[in-house]
Amino acid sequence: MASEALANSFRTQPDERGHFGAFGGRYVAETLMPLILELEHHYRAAKADPAFTAEFEDLLEHYVGRPSPLYFAPRLTEELGGAQVWFKRDELNHTGAHKINNCIGQILLAMRMGKTRIIAETGAGQHGVATATVCARFGLPCVIYMGSKDVERQQPNVFRMRLLGAEVIPVHSGAHTLKDAMNEALRDWVANVHDTFYIIGTAAGPHPYPELVRDFQSVIGKEARAQMLARTGRLPDLLVAAIGGGSNAIGLFHPFLDDASVRMLGVEAAGHGLDKEHAASLAGGRPGILHGNKTYLLQDADGQITEAHSISAGLDYPGIGPEHSWLKEIGRVDYTSVTDTEALEAFQLLCRTEGIIPALEPSHAIAAVAKVAPTMAKDQVILANLCGRGDKDIFTVAEHLGVVL
Amino acid sequence: MTTRLATAFAKPHPALVCFVTAGDPEPHHTPAILDALVAGGADVIELGMPFTDPMADGPAIQAANLRALGAGTRTGDVFRIAAGFRARHPEVPLVLMGYANPMTTRGPEWFAAECHAAGVDGVICVDLPPEEDDALGPALRDKDIAPIRLATPTTDAARLPAVLEGSAGFLYYVSVAGITGKQQAQLGSIEDAVGRLKAATDLPVAVGFGVRTPEQAAAIARVADGVVVGSALVELVGEHGADAAGPVRALTAALAQAVHSARTVAA
Ligand SMILES: Cc1ncc(COP(=O)(O)O)c(C=O)c1O
Repeated sequence: MASEALANSFRTQPDERGHFGAFGGRYVAETLMPLILELEHHYRAAKADPAFTAEFEDLLEHYVGRPSPLYFAPRLTEELGGAQVWFKRDELNHTGAHKINNCIGQILLAMRMGKTRIIAETGAGQHGVATATVCARFGLPCVIYMGSKDVERQQPNVFRMRLLGAEVIPVHSGAHTLKDAMNEALRDWVANVHDTFYIIGTAAGPHPYPELVRDFQSVIGKEARAQMLARTGRLPDLLVAAIGGGSNAIGLFHPFLDDASVRMLGVEAAGHGLDKEHAASLAGGRPGILHGNKTYLLQDADGQITEAHSISAGLDYPGIGPEHSWLKEIGRVDYTSVTDTEALEAFQLLCRTEGIIPALEPSHAIAAVAKVAPTMAKDQVILANLCGRGDKDIFTVAEHLGVVL
Repeated sequence: MTTRLATAFAKPHPALVCFVTAGDPEPHHTPAILDALVAGGADVIELGMPFTDPMADGPAIQAANLRALGAGTRTGDVFRIAAGFRARHPEVPLVLMGYANPMTTRGPEWFAAECHAAGVDGVICVDLPPEEDDALGPALRDKDIAPIRLATPTTDAARLPAVLEGSAGFLYYVSVAGITGKQQAQLGSIEDAVGRLKAATDLPVAVGFGVRTPEQAAAIARVADGVVVGSALVELVGEHGADAAGPVRALTAALAQAVHSARTVAA
């Protein structure tokens, strides 16, 4: 069994050129090429250095608060009337989401490379807050690019980033959301390659970002796998996670990819519906090249990128990390999508049944759980990633529920 | 067809390479703007293919991309503009510049065939480094269209051979590590870089990014085979819109005068 798993492992991607099957790669301007080759070189060295791993793990334990709990949700399970529902509680991390796992890893890498200035893009603001946090912790100047539309709908996070000492630059180009923030961060990086490290917030971008973000986020799946085995003596039947760029999902899935009995479900944002405006690049897009990688993208026949829409700013992105594109094509992971309305219902369902206010991003995962759990047997186990808490979203939710705060 | 590029760079003076975005401000305005570039004395025309996410471009060319797309410019319009240009100007080399997704979305062979049919001489794909160029480059070469590569201040001696491998037409030296339209690099560093590049290739070397005035263009023309001007022209289109041809021709003429006489007039 072990040798068979190794021979046919799903966990050996990407290849040495950063390709996950036909996806991934390094589609960047020549100015950035030497830099991402250097980044890859330093990442390989860091990965092989026990001192780097030790510092990463120490910070995750004492600063982030890991391991995050694995929690059985009894009232939600009862209400859904099917499989047992468990949550990986990454919303309890410092800063309130999984994003910090990756930021700790990348800032350690930045310092190892002697970089003295940090930039990042952010959508919901969670990655911006996590980046601003690690910059404050290590005393590095921090510039966050954020679409002006997102600046408006995520005011509390903008204020948090500024409190933490970051400069938040609203981006007015394009659709004023996450993809435009990423364009602007790339423009900054290309002009400041000598001293600047770009902390990308999801498992996308040019190689080696999809790989290194996945590796840093894999702490989620490694912990969850061990916790589940310790608590129940078995592996879950189904993993569920929401997908913006795909970092929390790949972080949960990757350590389980070679466990043949474990099915996996990635949940994209269907926005107003797949036939209207949405952010489901796998369901509604086709392969193309953007932001340094080849992956599924929302685009028109000419290859112009189309606007994504989701109630959740963190899922409002027209692309997806390349490893998910590969996992979809080889069929190892299933992907589905959930509308704004379904996510809002799931948000309230978790508040009501478990006393947990989830972020709108994992509310998409919860909505998918609510659909599949009743179709499964009571002795089966679903493990969903509760990758963020909902404090940042209460204004958006109130607005949609017609409540004036 | 790459011979048109070779002829342009074999003239007894340095080449002026002029960039504008196709479809800016509207597709039917571009032919007159291209004609103005030729009338003003441009030796090579770079026609930008508009893209929603021009991440290597500064504010001026970003705005041009959005204007063109906002006016409904499609890839088909870009090729119609190119084919019309070729019919009117059989001798002037035309290069398409843009991003990988619009160029590869219907397949590299499709793109190369369209370029061939429209009389395009070369293609610059900004976000396609040699490491990922195993499909578009070969498809273009197959149709005798020059894949034109970029070298930058960060391209070191170890990478340069990879950049040069398979590149044709000319080598585009991006003089600043940054986006289009920003500040110009020090002349001394440009001269050093061009010297290094010319020691490594027989291709002509054209220098661009941040070149705005006839004075700057002349200074670069003294040390390089060509000078690329983009944002300054695109800003004129932004400012004058449908009436841009006149001002574009005037700036091009001043640039051409400066570039063409750079080596005969004392600095
Ligand atoms: C809580 C939360 N979950 C999910 C996401 C989506 O990103 P990813 O798909 O990379 O996990 C975000 C992005 O901001 C987020 O804040």
